[in-house]
Amino acid sequence: MGRYWRTLRRFWGTAVAVQLEYQANVLIELLAVAMSLSGSLFLLSLFYGPDQTLGGWSWAQALMVQGLYTVFDGMATTWLRPNLGAIVTHVREGTLDFVLLKPIDSQFWLSLRTLSPAGLPEIGLGLGLLAWGSHQAGVVLTLSSLLTVLVMLLAGGLILYSLWFLIAATSIWFVKTWNATEVLRALLASGRYPLNAYPPALRLLFTLVLPVAFLTTVPAQVLLGEAAAPMLLAGLGLAVLFFAAARAFWLFALRFYTSASS
Amino acid sequence: MRVFGLNRRIIRVLLGSQYAHMLEYRAEIALWALSGVLPFIMLSVWSGSDARSGLGLDGSALDRYFLSAFLVRQFSVVWVVYAFEEDALLGRLSPYLLQPLHPLWRYVAAHLGEQLTRLPFAALIAAVFFAVQPQAFWVPSLGGFLLAWLATWMAFAIAFLFQSLIAALCFWSEKASALERLQFIPFLFLSGLLAPLTAFPPAVRAVAQWTPFPYLIDFPARVLAGQPVDLLAGFGAQLAWIVLLLPLVLLLWRAGVRRYSAMGA
Repeated sequence: MGRYWRTLRRFWGTAVAVQLEYQANVLIELLAVAMSLSGSLFLLSLFYGPDQTLGGWSWAQALMVQGLYTVFDGMATTWLRPNLGAIVTHVREGTLDFVLLKPIDSQFWLSLRTLSPAGLPEIGLGLGLLAWGSHQAGVVLTLSSLLTVLVMLLAGGLILYSLWFLIAATSIWFVKTWNATEVLRALLASGRYPLNAYPPALRLLFTLVLPVAFLTTVPAQVLLGEAAAPMLLAGLGLAVLFFAAARAFWLFALRFYTSASS
Repeated sequence: MRVFGLNRRIIRVLLGSQYAHMLEYRAEIALWALSGVLPFIMLSVWSGSDARSGLGLDGSALDRYFLSAFLVRQFSVVWVVYAFEEDALLGRLSPYLLQPLHPLWRYVAAHLGEQLTRLPFAALIAAVFFAVQPQAFWVPSLGGFLLAWLATWMAFAIAFLFQSLIAALCFWSEKASALERLQFIPFLFLSGLLAPLTAFPPAVRAVAQWTPFPYLIDFPARVLAGQPVDLLAGFGAQLAWIVLLLPLVLLLWRAGVRRYSAMGA
């Protein structure tokens, strides 16, 4: 365990050092995040007029959902895209061989090898928006709700990671479909709005099949004191289930890996 | 006889080879088509929202608008800046420049080949949409369809020229594709892909009318959906943007090629 921890620190230390070589990128990234967030807020504002709600959610409450979405989007930029996006390159160029030969778990290496600080401002802005929205919505923070929301955020992160990893792992078979994660990203955009804004059939889809609900709507409900215990348990259960599935699928997929030239 | 460096034989060979090339990547293109589902997600949010009544799109009109927006987007996706950047980095651009044909034509052919490969997948997604929402089914009149087709191609031309302008900046800066990312953000929010332009407050709408973005999705989608639109103003604006962008692209490209010194030189 200690070895993994030391390795992780070394991984991220070098990743940040590399990124600091490209400082102009930080400015571009900041500009992109600011534009994108103002666009999202503008779009959200179109749904709100005098006494209008979106699926029963007030403007401030919807801001909380939007903030949580921004946090997860930033997380994807910082962590998921640079790491899991590289899996297909490893498969195509045969460099996955080198990863598999290392005396460290291959899923650990592939999932945590690098870190892109470019997404950090987005996470910060998302948290800020969440705090502002919570304040406007009159959220009273208690220790238990804070702990619950942290647990639910971890569960949401685990779900997102596992989904992304599952899709990325299919590149062992289908190298050509490297952009499959783009489809996932497009569908994840549904997490920008509260679950109740969708028709019932889609709500079911976004809860059980593609559990976007647990990323944004459920944590917001926890803060608002509206979350139901079965929903929280379902979120935790799904997180464990998805992670176990990703792990099992990776071990299964490796049996079919035949390197690039063979 | 060659017009702009093209004759019938060159067009046939270019389109044929690019189409064959793109067919090899049909799985990838199918996924790209599928990743364009955003208008459908937005449709499901809009159709249940309180703000719907302000859109001026009642009943099935909203379904049709967003389906049309999806289709227009499918056939006006442009990726020339990425293809160009890769070609320039790998040095493939050098042989292209030696050929007696403007390299941009090659990219145009690649895009058209990709659109043709995309067609069955886009049609399949539209068919699934109608299976779920049968009441939204409609067949545009022949005239309306041809006008929508023209509007979509004009939209494609604007997007292509706009991105070629950014691609030409690659001759000067390695950050050019970041510019593409930045312009994509206002495109996303102002084009009508996520919300019809009628949803915007009047001031924002007035500003948006002076950008090329509404003519990339909103205008062609309305024509396709059979909405009453000011055809003259729409096509006029599209034409104006093309007339504005075309000489800029050609000038910038010529200046860039003069600067170009191949990789490794």
